[in-house]
Amino acid sequence: MIDQRIIWLFLGVGALLVVASIIGFVLSLYVKSDGARATVGNLNDRVRAWWIMVAIFAIAFWFGKTVTLVLFALTSFYCLREFITLTPTRPSDHRPVAAAFYLFLPLQYYLIGISWQSLFSIAIPVYAFLLLPVLSVVKGDTIDFLQRTSKIQWGLMLTVYCVSHAPALLLLKIPNFQSNVLLLFFLLTVVQISDVLQYVFGKLFGRHKVAPNVSPSKTWEGLIGGGFSATAIGASLWWITPFNQPEAAVISFLIVVAGFCGGLVLSAVKRSLGAKDWGAMIEGHGGALDRMDSVSFAAPIFFHVTNYFFVP
Amino acid sequence: MIEYALIGLTRFLVGGHPHWQGTIPSDRQRIYFANHGSHLDTILLWAALPSHLRATTHPVAALDYWGRSRLHRWIAIRLLNSVLIDRRGSRGEADVLAPLKQKLAQGRSLIIFPEGTRSNERLPGPFKSGLFNLANAFPKAELVPVFLENLNRAFPKGAILPAPISCAVRFGTPISLRADEGRDEFLSRARTAIIALA
Repeated sequence: MIDQRIIWLFLGVGALLVVASIIGFVLSLYVKSDGARATVGNLNDRVRAWWIMVAIFAIAFWFGKTVTLVLFALTSFYCLREFITLTPTRPSDHRPVAAAFYLFLPLQYYLIGISWQSLFSIAIPVYAFLLLPVLSVVKGDTIDFLQRTSKIQWGLMLTVYCVSHAPALLLLKIPNFQSNVLLLFFLLTVVQISDVLQYVFGKLFGRHKVAPNVSPSKTWEGLIGGGFSATAIGASLWWITPFNQPEAAVISFLIVVAGFCGGLVLSAVKRSLGAKDWGAMIEGHGGALDRMDSVSFAAPIFFHVTNYFFVP
Repeated sequence: MIEYALIGLTRFLVGGHPHWQGTIPSDRQRIYFANHGSHLDTILLWAALPSHLRATTHPVAALDYWGRSRLHRWIAIRLLNSVLIDRRGSRGEADVLAPLKQKLAQGRSLIIFPEGTRSNERLPGPFKSGLFNLANAFPKAELVPVFLENLNRAFPKGAILPAPISCAVRFGTPISLRADEGRDEFLSRARTAIIALA
C-alpha cells in the first residue's frame, strides 16, 4: 500500500510547479529585450519539462519498486548512450560497449531488484572493471587502448553504478522505517531543488563565477543562496526520513555539495569532449545526463551515509 | 504495425534523428546516396524520411545478404520496400543495375550506397560506378547526398547486436551530373558532397 504522505508530497511539488508556471507566464508578458526573452523562453521550457519529469516519477512511485527500477534503468540507458555517443570510441570498442549496455546495466538493476546488496556494490567496480578491457583486447586494436578503456569504464561507473544508488535506497532495511520510497523522494527533491535554486539565485544575484572556464553559469551567489535554501528545505523534510532535524540538515548539506561537484565535474568532461549539452532529449535542459549529473554524485554518497549510520 | 515497431526499436537504440541541412523532404524523384557503415543504414535512412515518401522510396540492398533467408527477404522486400541487386553478377545478367532502372523508370526514388560494401571508417571510401550510370540514364532525378553519422560505431562489421550510440542522418544539397563531366570526376565530387556533411 502506498504511503499517504507521498501523495501529499507530490501535490506539494505540483503546487510549486503551478506557481513556477504562473511566474513564467507573467514574465513572458513583461519582458522586452531579446536577451531577456530568450532567458524567459528557456525558463518556460524548463518548467514544462519539469511537469513531464515529475509526472513520470509520480507514476513510477505509484506503481512501486519494479516500475521505479525500470524507470531508473531507462534513465541510466539514456545517460550512458549520451556519454558513449560524445566519447569518441572506435568500432573495435563495440564489444565492451555492448557488454556495458546489455549485460552490466540490466544486471545492476536486477541485483537491486532482488536486494543482493553485496554483489550490487561490486558488480561494476570489480567485475565490469576487469571484464571490459578483456573484451576490448581480443580485438587486437592497441591504438589509444588505455584512453578508450577508461572512457567506457567512466561512463559505466557514472551513469549506471552511481545513478543506480538512487533506487537502491529502496533495499535498505532501516529499523522503524518502512517507507524507503520517501528516502528516494528526499534525495531527488534536495538535489533537484538545489539545482533549480542555484540557477534562480545565480540569475538574480550572480556576479562572481566559481569556475569560469568550466561552467560560466555557476556563480558563488547562486551556490551559496541556492545551496543554503536547499539545505533548509531538506532539513524541513526531516519528518519523511528516519533522520532527526539536525541530521536531516547535515545530510541535505552533503547532498547539495555532492550535487554541485557532480555538475561541475561533468561540465568539465563535457567541455573536454567539445560539447555544450549532453544531448537534446529534454527541452530547455539539454540531455538526460544534464539533469542527472548532480544525482550521479549525490546518490552514492547519500546511500552510503544512510547505510553506514542508520542500518544496523 | 511491424513497420512502426521496427522504427521505434531503431529509434530507441540508435536514435537516427534526420537533419535536413541542404534540402527539404520532397515528392520529386530522388536518388539518395549515403556512406555505408552497417546493416542498420538502410532502416535508419528509410525511417528518417517522412512516412508518405517511404512508400515510393526503395532502398537498394544486396541479394547475397538480404536474400539469404525467407526472413531477411521478407524484411527487405515487404517491410523496407527494397530492391535487391545481385552485386556479384553471378546470374550472368548483362546489367546488374536493371532492377534499379526499372524502379526509376516507374518514377520511384532510390536509396543507394555507392561504396558497394560496408566500411568501418567514419568517411566513405571510393565509389563504384553505379551512381554514375544511374545519374547518366536518369538525368531528371535529384541526387541527394546523405551522411550517416556514428553507424560504424553503433553496429560495425562483424557485430551481432547494435550498441546504443546516437546516430544522425544528414541530408545535403542535391547535386547533378554536369554535361561534360567524366565518370571519375563525378564520383569523386559525389563522395566529397557526403564528406562535406561529416
